[in-house]
Parts: sequence; structure tokens; C-alpha cells
Amino acid sequence: MAKGLTKAFKKALWVYHCNSGSCNGCDIEIIAALCPRYDVERFGIKLVGSPRHADALLVTGPVTRQMVDKVKRIYEQMPDPKAVICVGNCGNTGDVFYESYNLVGPIDNIIPVDVHVIGCPPRPEAIINAVAKAWVKLETLEAK
Amino acid sequence: MKAKTTSKTTYQIPIGPIHPALKEPVMFEFEIDGEKIVDVDVTLGQVHRTIEWTGMRRNPIQILYLAERICGICSYCHPMAFALAVERVAGIEVPERADYLRVIHAELERICSHILWAGVAAHEIGFDSVLFFTWQIREKALDLTEYLTGNRVTKAITMIGGVRRDITKDMYPMIHETMNYFKDNFEKLRHIYLDDKTFKMRSQGCGILTKEDALKLCACGPTTRASGVKKDVRLDQPYFAFGDLDFDYVTPDVLTGEVNGDVYDRIIVRLLEVKQSIDLIEQCLDKIPAGDIVSEPKIPKLLATLKKAKGEGIGRMEAPRGEVFHYVKLTEQEAPYSWKVRAPTYNNILPWIPMLRGEQIADIPIVAASTDPCMSCTNRVAVVDNGKKYALNKEELHRMSVEKTRRLMA
Repeated sequence: MAKGLTKAFKKALWVYHCNSGSCNGCDIEIIAALCPRYDVERFGIKLVGSPRHADALLVTGPVTRQMVDKVKRIYEQMPDPKAVICVGNCGNTGDVFYESYNLVGPIDNIIPVDVHVIGCPPRPEAIINAVAKAWVKLETLEAK
Repeated sequence: MKAKTTSKTTYQIPIGPIHPALKEPVMFEFEIDGEKIVDVDVTLGQVHRTIEWTGMRRNPIQILYLAERICGICSYCHPMAFALAVERVAGIEVPERADYLRVIHAELERICSHILWAGVAAHEIGFDSVLFFTWQIREKALDLTEYLTGNRVTKAITMIGGVRRDITKDMYPMIHETMNYFKDNFEKLRHIYLDDKTFKMRSQGCGILTKEDALKLCACGPTTRASGVKKDVRLDQPYFAFGDLDFDYVTPDVLTGEVNGDVYDRIIVRLLEVKQSIDLIEQCLDKIPAGDIVSEPKIPKLLATLKKAKGEGIGRMEAPRGEVFHYVKLTEQEAPYSWKVRAPTYNNILPWIPMLRGEQIADIPIVAASTDPCMSCTNRVAVVDNGKKYALNKEELHRMSVEKTRRLMA
């Protein structure tokens, strides 16, 4: 587990997953993290169906023009304190699509990102590590 | 709900238009009478990450990695179909060993994709324990993919004129072990999907696509084979080494003796195809000849050849979801003059209309999932009731579907 976390977590971390035009690669790795091999639910990390319930936001995809306002709206709907995790190269830098005319990303330009996960797609371990890092941020905020 | 005074008796439910996972953004308008779907309309919109546009600014080898990112699940078929098209234009001969290696990777991807689909289908009818069971099996397939190619999802194994990595003799035990694991679990999967009461209730007689409709609407892949149409690019126009291998069209009558074209039949076809793929991989391992794995290992030299190539070519391939089609035109330039991609889901969208007509709202998820698109499609659904809008999202649709299963079980 990441440094800085207390031994017993204060609360379970609920995550909302937003696909902003991704190729599905990152999305299946996120689901893989939930499935028996990695099974993040044993740490209390869980995907939820509404941003209103979420502590952390996982954004995948390079954010196409049609998705910008949706990503912003989801971010605004989340209650504070919140953390944003950008999963995959295309959300971080544009990756192979960098020169496309229909992209508004990187996600940094649209909403503030706390944890960047590099990889195309990142492995489930990397995604779990990122969620744990977001957890540290939320617990630090709470301690203040 | 307050009593209606207007004469209008049906609701309209628009679904879409943006479906991030589909390569073709799509918009559905469902005409709903109570719980029944009276009519469905499909509108196909614009394409969105501008992959083809970007491709026309890159050289063919760079495009391989761009094509790989068209879809994370079909990350082998797209670059391979592109490579087939370019090889045809440039007249590049592929070594025989590479052809066999390509079959192994293609069939391994089919296993991954079909098992993934089986899990999603189970999830759509509210059978989450089966989702976890199938994805556990899928992890084995991903382990093998990683062992053979170095990556779990985007494989980067394709090269114009061959493949980038060889499968050596010492890798065989791992492949055989994984194939045996699938065979051991196949019977369990077959039992869950084909004998279970819940699955039968939700899938039999549901989302029917007749043979005539399948032909008329140009459905492809397992969707059309489940309606009894014998269509499979691997057999119709053998590519790679498929011509040397022994296999046949998979239609549901192989197992049950009849073709209904419903969701149940589509499950049968996909399950049997997993078995077929295991068999094909084993045949390949037996027959694979020695030799080179790529026709031109020096990339600058290959690029120079491609720069001199002129003409048009098409690459057709049977992806897990159906036929994938790439068209390339090279004009002695570094970048192709034109590149057109047609993914199988494009064909399998229109058959949703006859499949969904007359079904219930709760059946939308499983019927739509049965053609194997990605179901985030049903995000952002707005129910329009007399101009009063309220949203019905994927979770609510999923909840309705789960409730229907419970109702049927009671």
C-alpha cells in the first residue's frame, strides 16, 4: 500500500469511472482490477454508478469535443473532498491521437488532475496504486 | 403519475448519440408503449477521434500503432487488417511461419473477446457471480497473451509482412497448459450458459433476428451466424493460414439442431467459437513450419518499399465481432492517400431494430449486448414524457433488467 496511509482506512473509497472517448483498453483493465485476480473490493474500493456517491473520479480517454461538458459536469457533481485520477496515456498527453482536431484534452486542461497513470493501457496494478495515492490525498485533506 | 389528457400513448426514449466505446457514435430512438418497444430508429453520427484523418499524416508503420488503438478489445484485428491491405498494395509476401503465428494470435484474441462478452452478457441480466467467474478465466488468456506478445491489451505484435515476435518451442508448454485450462472450464461455462434456468428464461425467444433480416441488414460475425447465415471470412476468403486448417461454420444447429436467431443462439455460437479457437490454436502448433517471421526485418528498408508502392488494397478479417474491413490507397507518398476502416459493430447496429421491436425496455441491455457492442452505449438515456424530460441512465436500465430476472425467477 502507498506510504502515508493509516493502517486501518477511515472509510471505503468509492470510485466513479468516466469514459471520455477512450478505446476501451483502459476500461477493461479497470474492470479487470475489480475481478477476482486483483479484487480491489477487499480494500473497500468500489465502482459506483453516480458521481454523487464518489470520492474519486477515474477518467479514461482523450476527451473528445462532445464529451468536454459531460466530464466537467461529472466533476462538478462530485462532493468535496474529491480526487481525480487520469488513467491512460491519451488522457495525460493525447498519446497517438495528439494531433487530432476533435480532441480537447489533455484532461489537465479541463479539470484538475491529482494522479496521472501512464500506460497504454496501464496494468491493473498501476490503477490500484493510483487509487491508493488518491486515498492518501483525501486522508491528508481530512487531517488538516 | 398524473393522468394524461393528450391522445399520445407512446413514449420516445432517445439513447446516445455518443457511445465512447463504439467506433461509430450512434443514436437510438425507442418508441415505447408502457414496457413494450413499439419501434426503434437508429441514427449514425460522425466519427470521433479522427483516426483516419490522423492516419493520412503518418507512415504505414506508425499507423499500425494508431490502428491498434481504434479498439482496445480488437487491438489485434485492426492493425492486422491494415497490414493485409498494405501488403496487397505493395505486393509483400508473408512468410508461411508468420501466417501461422498470425492465426494463433487472432484466435487467442477471439477467446479473450468472447469470454469477456460472456461475462458482460451475464452482468446485463444481473448474474454478477458469472461475470466474475468468466473474467477469472479470461485472466488466464491475458496471461498467455502477455507471455506471447509482452502486453496484456495492446499487443503491438503486428508488422507489415509478418509479426514481431516468434513463438519458440519452449513456449509450447505454457500454450498447451492454458488451452487445457480452457477445455477444463469449457464444460462448466457451457453448463452455466446453456442449461441454467435464468439464462434460458432471459435469452430464449428474446431479440430474434431472422435469417432474412440478417441477410438484408448485412449483419456479420457471430450475430449473423446465430441466425443461420453461413458467413465467415476465415472460410469464405481464407487469409493467413486458415486455408490449411480444418474447421467449419459455427451455427447454433450444430448443437441444438434448430436455428432461432435469438439471444440464446448467439450465446451458443460464441461458446462454440471459443472451442473452435482452442482447436485452431492446437492445429497451428502442430502444423507450424520453420522459417522467417517477417519478410523484411529492416524497418527503414520496408518503409522505402512502401514509399514506392502505388495502388489500392483491402484487408478483410474475421474479428471476434464480425468482419473488419480496411481500405488503403497508397500513392508513392510517405503517408497513405486514403485509409478507411469499417468495424463489425457498424453492420451489427441496424439488426438491433428488428431485434428490439416488440421487446420490453428491460430487455434492451441483453439484446443490445448480444451483438457485442460495448454497453456504455446506454449511458445518457433521456425519457421524454410529454415534453417533460427525465434521464434514465445505464444503471437504471441495468436495475430494470435485474428486476426482470427476479420477477421471472419468482
